[in-house]
Amino acid sequence: MKDEVQSPEERSAGLKGMGCSRKRVEDVRFTQGKGNYVDDIKSDGMLFGDFVRSPYAHAKVVSINTAEALKVPGVLAVLTAKDLEPLGLHWMPTLAGDKQMVLADGKVLFQGQEVAFVVATDRYAAADGVEAVEVEYEELPVLTDPFEALKSDVVLREDLAGQSEGAHGPRKHHNHIFTWEQGDKDATEAVMAEADVVAEEMVYYHRTHPCPLETCGCVASMDKVTGKLTLYGTFQAPHAIRTVVSLISGIAEHNIRVISPDIGGGFGNKVGAYSGYVCSVVASIVTGKPVKWVEDRMDNLMSTAFARDYWMQGKISATKEGKITGLWCHTTADHGGFDACADPTKFPAGFMNICTGSYDIPSAYLAVDGVYTNKAPGGVAYRCSFRVTEAAYFIERMIEVLAIKLNMDAAELRRINFIRKDQFPYQSALGWEYDSGDYHTAWDKALAAVGYDDLRREQAQRLEDFKAGKTRKLMGIGLTHFTEIVGAGPVKNCDILGLGMFDSCEIRIHPTGSAIARLGTISQGQGHATTFAQIIASEIGLPADDITLEEGDTDTAPYGLGTYGSRSTPVAGAATAMAARKIRAKAQMIAAYLLEVHDGDVEWDVDRFVVKGDESRFKTMKEIAFASYNQAIPGLEPGLEAVSYYDPPNMTYPFGAYICVMEIDVDTGEHEVRQFYALDDCGTRINPMIIEGQVHGGATEGYAIAMGQEIAYDDMGNHKTATLMDFFLPTSWETPTYQTDHTVTPSPHHPIGAKGVGESPNVGSVPCFSNAVHDAFRPFGLTQSHMPHDHWRVWKIARDMGLHG
Amino acid sequence: MSKMHVKLTVNGTAVEGLAEPRTLLIHFLRESLGVTGPHVGCETSHCGACTVDMDGRSVKSCTVFVAQAQGADVTTVEGLVNADGSLSVLQEMFREHHGLQCGFCTPGMITRAHRLLQENPTPTEEEVRFGMAGNLCRCTGYQNIVKAILAAADVMNAQKEAAE
Repeated sequence: MKDEVQSPEERSAGLKGMGCSRKRVEDVRFTQGKGNYVDDIKSDGMLFGDFVRSPYAHAKVVSINTAEALKVPGVLAVLTAKDLEPLGLHWMPTLAGDKQMVLADGKVLFQGQEVAFVVATDRYAAADGVEAVEVEYEELPVLTDPFEALKSDVVLREDLAGQSEGAHGPRKHHNHIFTWEQGDKDATEAVMAEADVVAEEMVYYHRTHPCPLETCGCVASMDKVTGKLTLYGTFQAPHAIRTVVSLISGIAEHNIRVISPDIGGGFGNKVGAYSGYVCSVVASIVTGKPVKWVEDRMDNLMSTAFARDYWMQGKISATKEGKITGLWCHTTADHGGFDACADPTKFPAGFMNICTGSYDIPSAYLAVDGVYTNKAPGGVAYRCSFRVTEAAYFIERMIEVLAIKLNMDAAELRRINFIRKDQFPYQSALGWEYDSGDYHTAWDKALAAVGYDDLRREQAQRLEDFKAGKTRKLMGIGLTHFTEIVGAGPVKNCDILGLGMFDSCEIRIHPTGSAIARLGTISQGQGHATTFAQIIASEIGLPADDITLEEGDTDTAPYGLGTYGSRSTPVAGAATAMAARKIRAKAQMIAAYLLEVHDGDVEWDVDRFVVKGDESRFKTMKEIAFASYNQAIPGLEPGLEAVSYYDPPNMTYPFGAYICVMEIDVDTGEHEVRQFYALDDCGTRINPMIIEGQVHGGATEGYAIAMGQEIAYDDMGNHKTATLMDFFLPTSWETPTYQTDHTVTPSPHHPIGAKGVGESPNVGSVPCFSNAVHDAFRPFGLTQSHMPHDHWRVWKIARDMGLHG
Repeated sequence: MSKMHVKLTVNGTAVEGLAEPRTLLIHFLRESLGVTGPHVGCETSHCGACTVDMDGRSVKSCTVFVAQAQGADVTTVEGLVNADGSLSVLQEMFREHHGLQCGFCTPGMITRAHRLLQENPTPTEEEVRFGMAGNLCRCTGYQNIVKAILAAADVMNAQKEAAE
């Protein structure tokens, strides 16, 4: 037999299991245009829905006249809040415990809010119908500043009038949503009062948007004969959407089938429940036809899922030698017109309390106040595990501000404050237990890789040359050491709408030794079909190429909470390994029986069970699979399959060390990223090629956010960045080239030690780019300048510092 | 709205149909012909997900009326596979070098890269980055896309040399 002469290493390589850069199975379809995205779905008689949207940021809706619209050829129906009210669907619950208008119920709270839903025979007729709907508005005073909103007499949410208690405790003002406090306030303030040095700064992380290339959309199809609703959509959490649809529509959950087909990028945009989904379902019930709704780009940027918008007032205290003693943060969080943040229930500000970062800070306090304004709702985690991006940006800016105050090198300041390897598992002052880390090793490797000391010498020389008038370019060195908290999460403290955040995998082995696995997650470009098959291959010794992987169909996949917050590998990846191990355990019994030895007398060897001490006697997994379908052991159930619902005991804590070298032209404000080095430690690495791809992509999103991308409003609440003309997405021309590196510190509690990586580069690169800009101007006294650092803003920094001569 | 008769060639096959004069080429391709490779990402010519090849030029089919494509020879990503159905060199190199993730930009990206390599068979990295700047990708950071295109150029040039 061929495999008898293969070494274990050769057999292992043939499996294409964990650790190899297996080429992606998805790409064969995608490269020839054979993906199947929501807008590709077409069915007989399918109708199109489109929204009439508010041109005002805050206004009463006096009247809606649909008569003219209904005369437009092709227009079949126009839904307004009045039509949805009898069904109780004119408002819907948000993921954050608030409620949100599906269609404007008497007023609008942000520009672009959904006012009416036009249903027509094709997308052109629907757009014609939208134009023909007449809406009379009465303008109301607009609040776009969260600090003003907390002082203003203007009431944004009359529906909550008199409600002093919100979903997350007491409300202090009619535009206040919640206060969330973590840590010990008194102890932290006492530490600050006695500290040698206290640095204080307001750090703003501006409003932005995930903006996946494919917008949100769905096709709702109600079969009136069977009573079954099929809902295709760009859902990052298809099972949760099924449950939510059932709860709010009253349709029994077994009569709802939610399918997430291929998804063209999510980045958090596709976690929430949007008006378009509800309206499409209602329209399909009303018309008896499938109804498609797909956002255009303007809809997307104006109405679904903004991210960030955190005003973080910080104080950090230290000894004069630079040992940090305390961290204090008060955040004012602009949530827009409705609190539709996507966070686990008990965490209204997500995991912002990871803001002590990579540092051993004995005392810390965090308070977050959520505020209503006349902006779009959302507050999603844009390639981020629930506000980790904000937390990492905050601490990595505060470290730099402290370094300035102490007149210390920021790399050294980080080094002397890192949590040491021997302190793990580490209990943070704000309540987390970090699973594992080796920050010093990563940091030293990163500094050595870029030649940090030489860079600082070059920078000093550049400064001299600048002062001597020999150059107009400054050099900035951006540093970041971030720690993430991902893989939400333990059911004991993480749920969404009461659904525990476990995840799942079901594996079936076919008689001939191939397999199918189904998971509760859904890939949006991460390559799950490739990597999860690698986990199974390594665990049960069947080639990854012989394993089909399916996700996203709630009728077939086991229940799971979906893909966001870098949770797929930490949670569903763990479930995959656990399900595979159940299969292997049964396989061991079968192998021992067939080899006529005791279960304990066989041992696992890559793809087979071997009789201990006699390599010539073995049963391969393939042989065992066939045997399992033919009464392998009398009395044992036939078949070889398993399911695992995995409730992680803890989060995972990936980390990384990023360094950026940037050239800045003080006269134009233009920048050039000369070097970007990204060292990631995501624990066990399943597919290095995919990890590197994730780092490139996440860092590019971070580059956009730090250097130009924002969702901006004027004082009237007009959205100023609603097309790709105004909303910065970098092209191949601007985008830097990245140098990737890694260390491996496995998670001790994860079955295969993996921690997740998809969001690390966004979390780490934003402060890294931003710190580079700040660092360039540090010699001239700059401590804080808010992002995005576009050319104009950087030019202004130089002007304000008198560098334009 | 009255409809007009349009005739064009798509991926080597003559097609015809009725369309409103305002119909965009992308919608005619996707909805009338079922050619769903090219995608709609922005409707404003910025993202390039809808890129197709029209009479030897890259065009963004979200801002071309099908009326403007009357009689044109249009190629989409579906038309770039080899005659035997296997992946073309460019498609294979995108896979080989992990030049795609969610796949949504990929059809436009590959169709643009195909034209770029016709225009310039031996591009430098800088020329690839400049030549591809009309196509946005939110997943990859472009690094592997650039690598894939440069690798495809090498393979195609080697094949050409071998054939000569």
